[in-house]
Amino acid sequence: MEKDNIIVSANGISIGYTNKKVKTVIANDVTINLKAGSFTALIGANGIGKSTLLRTLTGIQLPLKGEVILNGKNINNYTAKELAQNLSIVLTEGLPPSNLTVYELVALGRQPYTNWLGTLSPEDDSKVNEALALTQLTALADKKHYEVSDGQLQSVLIARALAQDTPVIILDEPTTHLDLLHKVSLLRLLKQLTEKTGKSILYSTHDLDLALQLSDEIIVMTPEGTVQNTPEKLIESNVFDTLFTDSSIVFDKNKNGFTVL
Amino acid sequence: MQYTKPYRFLFLALGIGLVLLFLANLSLGSVNIPFKDVIQTLAGGEAAKNSWEYIILNYRLPKAITAIIVGMGLSLSGLLMQTLFRNPLAGPYVLGLSSGASLGVAFIILGAGILPGFLGSIFISSYGIIIAATLGSFAVLLAVLLVAQRLKDTMAILIVGLMFGSFTGAIVSVLTYFSTAQQLQKFTFWAMGSLGSISWKNIAILAIVCFVGIILAAACIKPLNALLLGERYAKSLGINFSKTRFIIILATSLLAGSITAFAGPIAFIGLAVPHIVKLIFRTSNHLILFWGTLLCGAMIMLLCDTITQLPGSDLTLPINAVTSIIGAPIVIWLLLRKRKGIYS
Repeated sequence: MEKDNIIVSANGISIGYTNKKVKTVIANDVTINLKAGSFTALIGANGIGKSTLLRTLTGIQLPLKGEVILNGKNINNYTAKELAQNLSIVLTEGLPPSNLTVYELVALGRQPYTNWLGTLSPEDDSKVNEALALTQLTALADKKHYEVSDGQLQSVLIARALAQDTPVIILDEPTTHLDLLHKVSLLRLLKQLTEKTGKSILYSTHDLDLALQLSDEIIVMTPEGTVQNTPEKLIESNVFDTLFTDSSIVFDKNKNGFTVL
Repeated sequence: MQYTKPYRFLFLALGIGLVLLFLANLSLGSVNIPFKDVIQTLAGGEAAKNSWEYIILNYRLPKAITAIIVGMGLSLSGLLMQTLFRNPLAGPYVLGLSSGASLGVAFIILGAGILPGFLGSIFISSYGIIIAATLGSFAVLLAVLLVAQRLKDTMAILIVGLMFGSFTGAIVSVLTYFSTAQQLQKFTFWAMGSLGSISWKNIAILAIVCFVGIILAAACIKPLNALLLGERYAKSLGINFSKTRFIIILATSLLAGSITAFAGPIAFIGLAVPHIVKLIFRTSNHLILFWGTLLCGAMIMLLCDTITQLPGSDLTLPINAVTSIIGAPIVIWLLLRKRKGIYS
């Protein structure tokens, strides 16, 4: 897969809300490029607008200025079904109670391709099995989704996004609620998936140290602006010093992490 | 979602059960008619006694068919509500839909006196009642939905449903205060719930309206499965959520509204049957649940109706009492078992 093949791009967009014709700008001049086969992290303090940016990039929310281009087309011009075939999401929120098995849950990812009853074709079944194999969940396929651990459920939801067979997957804080071991294995899994499948994966996180070590690129949202670059270049440019407004929290280049003075 | 093969045996068993319960329902009552004569009468032949034929064709058959339609419709609307509200305790009765329908019917039966004679008689026709009941349940459902969008807490939604129930109940009480004794008697009998005394013509109307509701529900099977993951995931899978929600609400109002119009407010069937089906089939796939709910709903309503006849005696219990005696303990049991995933 060509490394410089850009799938999602936003050029100098403004993001925010329009409520009763009053525009509230969250961030201006945001430029983002997501390449095929790249693993990108989104970092920023609470309330800086990470969720707003993700909602804008997934087409749920309109940008206040400019446009988000997905596969050469404005994301807001896609039909719901077309968009579902190009972009899948993994959310932080819990699932409503149901009897879904792991297999059935992953198979729901095939909905953009199935008929009006949602019947799975042999091709759909093989895509589901492939997604389960990539996430090492094959042995759990027949378990009910509430019987697996939190870390496994996170993998199930990622498998569901894989089964949806989209060039882009966007995850909202996938490492929340997980301990260090599971955080690392989840991020490793995602990184491997970008290498194996050529998909572009974007995830938001608060774990800067892990993001620095495992991501290809990082998007940093600070009060001064939004920048995207490789971890090394970002460290060089001292951008992490501006991440938090509190001057007693400083970024330590030797540790690749923050120190509290 | 696949895995339909293991369910074939269950569906076959339920199908046979439905036929047996149907025949038992026709056979049992204040006069017990042997199975053989029931089958002969249904096949167009003659029963051993002429009176038996008369009882079956003019009294028990319409009642049994009504029971089947009512059971199917209420159970299906319960299933739709439970998935739409992501709430295992949702149902047409609990969410106040039946109360909304009652309010519509109360306006027609009790309020008809206010209108000039000929207008009143148009409104009081079966079409008038069915339209009023459907509009009543539609209005309550819209109100509950509006509140549900602001309240994420599922228990709060149920309390709001109860409040709407009390509210509409209070308006009905005010209406009864201004109505005549004759109107009041008519409304009271309706409110007790009854599957009998519905003419073949009205059964046909009920069947057509419910058929439309069932078809609309069938069209939502795929989006309903997507909604098992919640609204945001459903949208990300290409589901048009507003359209789906509108169709679900329309189907539920048609089913619950029309059934309540003719059979009165019937409690707990819509809430309990989907759970029984989920327990039997142990799945959340709405393609399976759809057929399972239709079958089990019809069976349980036939069973309740058979019990109301108190076979061998001349007494008849009110249908609502029987469904509540069966349904209320199920709700309590569900609340006690309320743990992650298990109950749904």
